[in-house]
Amino acid sequence: MATALASTSSNLRLAHPLALDSGQALDRVTIAYETYGELAADKTNAILVHHALTGDQHLASPHPITGKPGWWDRMVGPGKPIDTHRFHVICANVIGSCMGSTGPASEAADGTPYGMRFPVITIRDMVRAQVALLDALGIGRLHAVVGGSMGGMQALSLAANFPERAARVLAIAASARHSAQNIAFHEVGRQAIMADPAWQGGAYYGTGRTPDKGLAVARMAAHITYLSEAGLTDKFGRRLQDRQARSFGFDADFQVESYLRHQGISFTERFDANSYLYITRAMDYFDLAEEHGGRLADAFAGTPARFCVVSFDTDWLYPTAESRAVVHALNAAAAPVSFVELKAPHGHDSFLLEVPALDRVVAGFLNG
Amino acid sequence: MSRLRPDLAVIAEHVAPGSRVLDVGCGDGALMAVLRDEKQVDARGMEIDPEAVEKCVARGLSAVQGDADRDLADYPDDAFDYAVLSQTLQTAERPDLMLAELLRIGRKAFVSFPNFAHWRMRASLLWHGRMPVTRHLPVSWYETQNIHHVTVTDFRQLLADKGVRVERSWFFSGDTQLGPLGANWRAEYAVYLLSR
Repeated sequence: MATALASTSSNLRLAHPLALDSGQALDRVTIAYETYGELAADKTNAILVHHALTGDQHLASPHPITGKPGWWDRMVGPGKPIDTHRFHVICANVIGSCMGSTGPASEAADGTPYGMRFPVITIRDMVRAQVALLDALGIGRLHAVVGGSMGGMQALSLAANFPERAARVLAIAASARHSAQNIAFHEVGRQAIMADPAWQGGAYYGTGRTPDKGLAVARMAAHITYLSEAGLTDKFGRRLQDRQARSFGFDADFQVESYLRHQGISFTERFDANSYLYITRAMDYFDLAEEHGGRLADAFAGTPARFCVVSFDTDWLYPTAESRAVVHALNAAAAPVSFVELKAPHGHDSFLLEVPALDRVVAGFLNG
Repeated sequence: MSRLRPDLAVIAEHVAPGSRVLDVGCGDGALMAVLRDEKQVDARGMEIDPEAVEKCVARGLSAVQGDADRDLADYPDDAFDYAVLSQTLQTAERPDLMLAELLRIGRKAFVSFPNFAHWRMRASLLWHGRMPVTRHLPVSWYETQNIHHVTVTDFRQLLADKGVRVERSWFFSGDTQLGPLGANWRAEYAVYLLSR
């Protein structure tokens, strides 16, 4: 296998409080980030990659808890579509998360974890924090900003709110707003967490109990939305798990049940339940048109960036129609935009998986 | 101009430098690339085939995967100096409506199409009683995408009915450009520059 990609892990403490959409300000903000590849002397070869809901800054380096390869290891590296021979790639943990950037598990001013005292944040707040990081790094204009899913929302938000900061914007399997269905699925997850007695109103840090059951159920429900119906059928069908016949009980008789349970449990080992609440809330609040007077095209008016929007035909979480709405708005704003709906069997998760056409589009767009 | 198909070469030659062009059915972006590289044109494309869109993106071109029958409605009025529709009119669900869309989005439009009244077509029907299969329309009737065969005379009539102005027209047999005389017999395909 490939050798580990040289990466640099860093933490930045923002010098000033971060003003939030809620009207509050977040003080003493830390941003944990990784970089790959060298920054050119003129600082024009930087690419900012935004991660998704449960992603992190470990883009192409092993995850410190699970030891698994970085979540976009297949896309980022020497000679890969996001080529670290050429580009300086930055990936920062979003605020509200739990992998080093300030979030609900971080210490508040009184020295105890925020818990539910952490302010509700938005996608734009996450982007503001990362723009502050770029400021601190002295990077004025990115070669590109790239993201899938919630990462794509951040990329669109950065394009709309900081139009001078990126020459290219690549949004994959994303949307300009959360639909009723998107919000509904997230609400199921949040209710599962908050219904777990171990959640304790969010003040579970240091109690020796964490709402793992609730968080696991939230992950199970969400995981279904990341896969396609055909993908699930292909992978599991109605096959039974390690048994010849049904148990006439409530064990994980079916492989798909066993798989989801495993996904749920392993997720709790690497993710904080309160972070899950805060980040899903930020996604639900996301509506780029609303932020710009109700017309999505106005969000991109006068943008100097080139855009590329990619959807997957089996993604029912952020279906092609959502990408088309973005493209429509970009056309109305006369922005140069490419759009392609790729065929891939994996549903929403296709952006993380083996889709050769995606590699070609990403490489082509970044090099073009 | 670079080695473009003759109808595309004519279009590339007559697009004003520095203008904005929408190429509807842009394929792999051959015309857009020439317009960008040789005429500093701001070119955008629409293409139904995702693999062709991919090729456009890889060339640094802006192309949107879309169905011209449906998705032209997404573009605002007067968004482009020119809308280009090459060898695609005859595949449209409603060629008349597509023509109207082109001239809504673009102030001018280039339209090229194969002429179904070319003498070889006529001969095929007259002598053999068969739907023609020629070098310009090489696909049998049952699998062709051409659902609205059109002749030069039909097209002229459509323009007259819709009040569309012809700025220029070009006629070709193979790679050879012909005069307008007897075009409905002699031309394998035609290129029109139209305005409202």
